[in-house]
Amino acid sequence: MISIENATKRYGETIVVNGVSLTLPAGGITTIIGPNGAGKSTLLSLISRLLPLDSGMIAIDGLDIVSAPSDALARRLSILRQDNTMTARLTVRDLVEFGRYPHSKGRLTAADGRKIEEALAYLDLQTLADRFLDELSGGQRQRAFVAMVLCQDTDYVLFDEPLNNLDMKHAVTMMKLLQKAATELGKTIVIVLHDINFASCYSDHIVAMSNGTVAFQGTPDDIVRPDVLQAVYDTTFDVHELHGNRIVTYFV
Amino acid sequence: MPPSLSRNRASIRFLVITATLCVAVCIFFMTIGVKGNWSFILPFRGAKLLAMLLVAYSIAVSTVLFQTVSNNRILSPSIMGFDALYALIQTCLVFTLGAQAVTAIDPRLMFAVECAIMIFFSCLLYRWLFSGAVRSLHTLILVGLIFGILFRSFSGFLQRVIDPNDFIVLQDRLFASFNSVDPNLLGISLLMVGGASFFAWRISPSLDVMSLGRETAINLGVDHRRVTTMILVVIAILVSVSTALVGPVTFFGLLVASLAYQLIANAKHRFVLPAAVLFAMISLVGGQMILERLFAFDTALGIVIEFVGGLFFIVLLIRKGAR
Ligand SMILES: Nc1ncnc2c1ncn2[C@@H]1O[C@H](COP(=O)(O)OP(=O)(O)OP(=O)(O)O)[C@@H](O)[C@H]1O
Ligand SMILES: [Mg+2]
Repeated sequence: MISIENATKRYGETIVVNGVSLTLPAGGITTIIGPNGAGKSTLLSLISRLLPLDSGMIAIDGLDIVSAPSDALARRLSILRQDNTMTARLTVRDLVEFGRYPHSKGRLTAADGRKIEEALAYLDLQTLADRFLDELSGGQRQRAFVAMVLCQDTDYVLFDEPLNNLDMKHAVTMMKLLQKAATELGKTIVIVLHDINFASCYSDHIVAMSNGTVAFQGTPDDIVRPDVLQAVYDTTFDVHELHGNRIVTYFV
Repeated sequence: MPPSLSRNRASIRFLVITATLCVAVCIFFMTIGVKGNWSFILPFRGAKLLAMLLVAYSIAVSTVLFQTVSNNRILSPSIMGFDALYALIQTCLVFTLGAQAVTAIDPRLMFAVECAIMIFFSCLLYRWLFSGAVRSLHTLILVGLIFGILFRSFSGFLQRVIDPNDFIVLQDRLFASFNSVDPNLLGISLLMVGGASFFAWRISPSLDVMSLGRETAINLGVDHRRVTTMILVVIAILVSVSTALVGPVTFFGLLVASLAYQLIANAKHRFVLPAAVLFAMISLVGGQMILERLFAFDTALGIVIEFVGGLFFIVLLIRKGAR
């Protein structure tokens, strides 16, 4: 369980995460939605201790993220950020290997090697494993970063817009993969998504943020409704029932 | 064999060849053109060789480590004003204590004191730069330039108001070059470089992770603040050693570090660091030998290195800007 109490983050005078209190249950997929600048990425950075909290408290399974040792947290929680740039010139395999660092501290065992191959296979990267990251397309690179995070093999995995740059097939594959990780491996997945239809079809729980606060939260049935979405995004939505899922259109 | 393994093998083979070349250059340097009295020439050249090797090592390692904490491939400690800071510390000490007191103190003790002050101030001044607060490379370069100019102007000011006798002592220490190495400092330099290397070796597993950037390093459980501080301490010691021995050398580190990344094609520190050190040793010792023996120039090495390195820095900046 990730418990967030009164988390606040300011940049100068601007409050970007404003006293958020939220409990993300263990297991399943929680999706965070909300307009640009709502504070979604900032909240994920706070949870994963990449940014210091200005006030409030966050705990992962009871481990306070401020006082718990960083390497213990790294074996429990991992994050894929929205934009990933590297100065070092790495191959896909080099990158994925780094996912094992919290466990192996740089000395890879045979078991680590298996996890690495597994992660590469999961993301359909075997043929690209020895290519340098700067020789890949945007979507291939995105998959390499996801493979690294999965290779870290933590109970809690946070993804900030993991579908960035992916084509339809790979987007669906990615969401199915995350679903499988949640149901079969018992992982807790938290995803920031802009595609509400993916959120609607795959989430167990949706959190809608706007202006640095949690505006709504609940099951897809609670959130994927024209009135709620309009309040969050300030634009009009049509919601359709299709094969038991709620599908949203907002194009015209 | 998996390609990553064969890549490591290739890197190791490359390092072995470079190391052999380095040893050969050192042997040439010691023996070429020796006429007559070996027992006089060998210790003389040996001290000079040792100084050059220490300087090469210090500059190469400090630059690679600096690029790792600052997460870019364009900056080096000297571009960020580290050696100007060291020169300022030396100037301040002579200014406050007076030349007489400074010359009376054992140079080794003096060096250790300067080094301690250097560690303190470099952590104080530079750590915040890499704590995630400053993201843009341009800001970093600007801060480095401002620090460098500030330190140099302040040293310059003190040198103007200082007692002329004190200034002569100071000048001796500030304008060291490859040809006027203080042999008294070799022992303690060796000791400090050894200590710093041991320290760096202790944190070496986290170095590769640090080069992925602050956020990724934290995500992988590295205590970024602590490791950054430790790397800055190592850099401060190494810069003190090289600056005390031969004075400021601005672009050399950048040159050898970039060569190492280019030629070794393997981002792991256990390959990049030795490669950079070996390139630095070969170019310093080889360069000095060629200039001394072939052209009979005695003082030009520093100038040649700065010229080539400076050109290279401009090329890097332009290439980075074009991207
Ligand atoms: N380093 C920073 N300095 C100042 N303001 C910042 C900084 N980082 C983010 N912000 C501001 O904080 C707010 C929240 O940003 P955040 O990245 O969390 O938004 P987001 O919900 O992830 O948006 P998006 O959907 O566009 O990714 C934005 O208004 C942004 O301008
Ligand atoms: Mg975002």
